[in-house]
Amino acid sequence: MNQRITTTVLQRLGHWALGRLQRLGRGNLFLLHVVPGLPGLLARPGLMVQQTFAIGVLSLPIVVVAGLFVGMVLALQLYNTMVDFGAEQSLGPVVALSLVRELGPVVTALLFAGRAGSALAAEIGLMKATEQLSSMEMMAVDPLRRVVAPRLAGGILSLPLLSAIFSAVGISGGFLVATGLLGVDSNAYWSQMRANVDLFDDVANGVIKSVVFGVVVTWIAVFEGYDAAPTSEGVARATTRTVVNSSLAVLGLDFILTALMFGDNT
Amino acid sequence: MASEPPLVEIRGLRFEYSGRTIFDGIDIDIRRGGVTAIMGPSGTGKTTLLRLIGGQERPMSGCVRVDGMEVARLSRKRLYELRKRMGMLFQSGALLTDLSVFDNVAFPLREHTRLPEEMIRDLVLVKLQAVGLRGARDLMPAALSGGMARRVALARAIALDPMMIMYDEPFSGQDPISMGVLVKLIREINDALGMTTIIVSHDVHETAAIADYLYLLSEGRVVEHGTPARLQRSGSEWTRQFLNGLPDGPVPFHYPAPEFGVELLQP
Ligand SMILES: Nc1ncnc2c1ncn2[C@@H]1O[C@H](COP(=O)(O)OP(=O)(O)OP(=O)(O)O)[C@@H](O)[C@H]1O
Ligand SMILES: [Mg+2]
Repeated sequence: MNQRITTTVLQRLGHWALGRLQRLGRGNLFLLHVVPGLPGLLARPGLMVQQTFAIGVLSLPIVVVAGLFVGMVLALQLYNTMVDFGAEQSLGPVVALSLVRELGPVVTALLFAGRAGSALAAEIGLMKATEQLSSMEMMAVDPLRRVVAPRLAGGILSLPLLSAIFSAVGISGGFLVATGLLGVDSNAYWSQMRANVDLFDDVANGVIKSVVFGVVVTWIAVFEGYDAAPTSEGVARATTRTVVNSSLAVLGLDFILTALMFGDNT
Repeated sequence: MASEPPLVEIRGLRFEYSGRTIFDGIDIDIRRGGVTAIMGPSGTGKTTLLRLIGGQERPMSGCVRVDGMEVARLSRKRLYELRKRMGMLFQSGALLTDLSVFDNVAFPLREHTRLPEEMIRDLVLVKLQAVGLRGARDLMPAALSGGMARRVALARAIALDPMMIMYDEPFSGQDPISMGVLVKLIREINDALGMTTIIVSHDVHETAAIADYLYLLSEGRVVEHGTPARLQRSGSEWTRQFLNGLPDGPVPFHYPAPEFGVELLQP
């Protein structure tokens, strides 16, 4: 009896794992088919500009607002701790490092998954459900090149820029709170920051993170949309899966990347 | 004339969707330059047949040859080359919803030709004029009725002047006037441009009026084929029932089910 339950559980588990692996394989094959279409985009910059606008520029408001508040809260929280150690003049670099290394790339990627990733998955899924992708194929236009590639490129281009904007706005928000509310010297805020934030160790590593997140989130979004069952339920599932999977992927990858980049300092 | 090979040759085609047989060995010839209609009850696989001809599905066995090439064996590149010479009107229209009517019709021209924009404009307006929707060029697909959307899709399907065009239910959702215009238009396009036309339709009278040849499909097989005049005189009870739309006869209206009276009396 017990044995039978164990077998069933194992069977289920195996089935689930196989399903996952199969999806992963399909996702990789999909990427393999899309990537050769990317260079062709250079010949048609209009397509990419349009998608970068739809994906990036329209995500700007939420990124700016979130960046501002995250920066302000960060300054408040850190100040309260740092003032106990008499280190409040170092508020600038600490806010900047938190944002540039960690919060900028990660929070922007999470917002991006919710704002742009879900929209991408839903758009492509609906195009499939309404036979638009099919009709393109019959017109000898490859939807992987015409629809997916520009969106993938637009997403990969947008996220690092959005992250940079998030960090910049966050640092300014922190400055407003630090000087306006907490009485930190404004010269100290900037000069300490300039002295302690390294272009390669900190900024470049943050950019690498956001590039990786951009690839992963956009890839998951376009794949889920393209792979969706052609029904309204299928599109709904694809959207949910995009947000959940890409958020988890971002958090998991963030740990790995952080360990690789900053792990040996400690 | 008779020696010229057919444009589309289907031999022993078998196809199934997840275990359900849709085609069980059918042979069809589509003659060059003619209008061939494929008719049959709903759900027999007419749309599937067009998808097989267009290479979007692969047969389980048998073959589909278009212009001498076996569609399922073509490389991706050759298949796309072939599709440039095929137009297809989808049952749903399948217009690109983020483009206006004008841009939808211009889409294949912009993707496959390097024509200057003024020439594209003229070509698009000619096609839209033919389907009576030149005035609707700035509308978005969401603002069109189902019948209008299908006419725009027709204009788009003929934009590249293909050698062959496949219409999936071109007449459904058309009022009597646009129906009459469409029937004439399809015939005219075929004759004027020397195209080959395949029509899938339920509308027996309209289709019989313009088709040179009819194939009747049912339950995975070709039931009968011939010129409209010959099929009208057919001795087959099935053909007579289908062409005349009679409720009683060998073609069932109902999906298979237990006896209605028995099912009602069950608790
Ligand atoms: N993607 C699919 N998966 C499984 N079965 C399918 C799929 N597409 C179609 N079918 C089945 O194949 C059969 C033929 O479908 P098809 O759309 O070709 O019919 P049709 O002759 O065009 O019908 P109609 O005249 O109503 O458009 C139907 O019974 C349908 O249930
Ligand atoms: Mg159909």
